[in-house]
Order: sequence, then structure tokens, then C-alpha cells
Amino acid sequence: MRLAYAIPLAIFLFILGLGGYMLSQPKDDAVPSAMISKPLPEFELPPATEGFAGASREDFVGGEPKLLNIWASWCLPCIAEAPQLEALKEEGVEIIGIAIRDKPEDVAQFLERHGNPYTRIGADEISSLMIEIGASGVPETYVIDGAGNIRYQHIGDIREEHIPLLLAKLGEAR
Amino acid sequence: MIRSLVFTLIAAFALCMPAYAQDDMPPAPYAYTQLDDPVLEARALELMETLRCLTCQSQSIADSDAPMAGDMRHQVRSRIAAGEDPEAIRAWLIERYGDYVSYSPDVSATTWPLFAIPAVLLLAVLFALLRRLGRRSGDDEAA
Repeated sequence: MRLAYAIPLAIFLFILGLGGYMLSQPKDDAVPSAMISKPLPEFELPPATEGFAGASREDFVGGEPKLLNIWASWCLPCIAEAPQLEALKEEGVEIIGIAIRDKPEDVAQFLERHGNPYTRIGADEISSLMIEIGASGVPETYVIDGAGNIRYQHIGDIREEHIPLLLAKLGEAR
Repeated sequence: MIRSLVFTLIAAFALCMPAYAQDDMPPAPYAYTQLDDPVLEARALELMETLRCLTCQSQSIADSDAPMAGDMRHQVRSRIAAGEDPEAIRAWLIERYGDYVSYSPDVSATTWPLFAIPAVLLLAVLFALLRRLGRRSGDDEAA
């Protein structure tokens, strides 16, 4: 066969092969934050519901590394995540919640139904902190060290198998 | 027969509903409200059309009705209204989400092939064309 015919055929087969390979790969449309290892931006959010304190950057500075959990009462995976956050709380981890686009009564109802793992919950009504830290969905969880730096991002709900990794990342951040 | 089909469809939709569960909060002030100054609004719109919605990733934030796209439009419009430069706002978002958030890529360590490949292909075509034309005029002379 002449080379002039072999080259387009080879390109075609390469593209076909690439397509077949990509089809066999699991779809991953998570957008990782570019804010990892950068300082947590300055923010101050009012309480998301009665009986809680709001959240600000200062709450993360000093002391042990903490988790910043972005969630919402309208988010279904957050229900699945609730028992895992409870388990992390029992390990002695302080979790500060940020409720995205949420109403005080819905937040209260969610906590009543699924338990409260949070020490504070800030209300982010226009996703401002979410955009500040490069989060693209709900839920996401960030490890923040005592100096106020973002150390690790977990995208999606936390499942049982993720707990050891999160505890390890919290240990590294110490 | 038809009734049972309709019933099944309704049941299926009812089961699907929670998957579309979203907040019922009012949108952010500038999510669906244009800026008063048409010049500023045009500047904001131009930028919004080249920023990716992160929850519906093949749409721009100007096209998307996702709540997060609305919140991003609010950020863009309020920052433009405060006198920020559109490219500074783009840079602010890229700092948070990486190049992926922008539909108007700059030359960077990851994007340079986007600009280099067309140039290389064009040069290759030009080279092949010149060689072929050159050979043909050579043939003419021989004939």
C-alpha cells in the first residue's frame, strides 16, 4: 500500500482507538480546586440557623486542623454523608459547616433529622465562599490547618472508606 | 393500557424528582438583573459568555440557569460595577478553578499545544504544497 493512503488510515485508527479507550474510562467531571496549599480566603458568614454561631476565617486559625464542610439541606448526597461526619466528630475532629443557599428552618430540620456534627454553621446565601475556595458543587470538604491554609479537598460525599484518608490528611496538617 | 402507561410515567417522574432537588432560595441580586449602565452590562456579558458554568460544564454562565451560574453572574456583575477589569475577574476565577473555568484560554504550560498544533499543521501543508507545485513545474519543463 502506498504511504499516502496508510497515513490517513493510521490517523483514523488512532482516533478510533482513542475514542474506544476514553469510553472505557469512568467519567470524572469533578473540578479540583486550585486553592489547595493556599491560605483560606478572608470571609465572615452569619449563622445559618438559630442556636449556632456563624463562621469566619478566624475560626480556623489556631489550634488543631479542622474540616470545612460545604453542604446544604436540599442536597441529597449530604444526607448520605451525615453519618460519616458524625463518625469524624466522634474521632474528635472539629467540623465547621457552610450551608449553601439555605433557609434557617430547612437547616434546623435537616440537623434534627440527620444529626449535628458541626460546631458552627455559616450561611452562604450566594455561594460567595464556595467560589472563593474553588468549590464547584455540594458537598465538598476541606482540611484547613491551624495556620489557616487549605491542605486538602474532598469532592462529593464522604463515604465510610474515605474516613481513614481524611484522618490521615488532618494528621499531616497538624 | 394507556392509563397504566400514563400512571407508570407519572410514577417514574415522581421517583426522579428528588434527583432534581434544588434550593428554593431567591437568586442572588445580580443573577438575573442587568446592570443599569449599558456599557458595564455589555462588558459583564462579554465576560460571562466566556466563563464556564461548573455544575453544567458545557454551558457558559451566561447560558445556564443553574443556581451556581447565577451566583457566578452575581460575582461578575457586582465586580464590574465596582470598576474591576474583566480580565482581572477572569484571573481571579482561574486562580480558584484553574484554566478550566475560562473558555478563552491563554497560552500556558498546559494550553500551548492548542496554539502550536494549528501552526505546525499549517506549515506542514504549506511545505507539502510548495514541494508538489515545485515538482509539477519541473515536470512541465521536462515535457
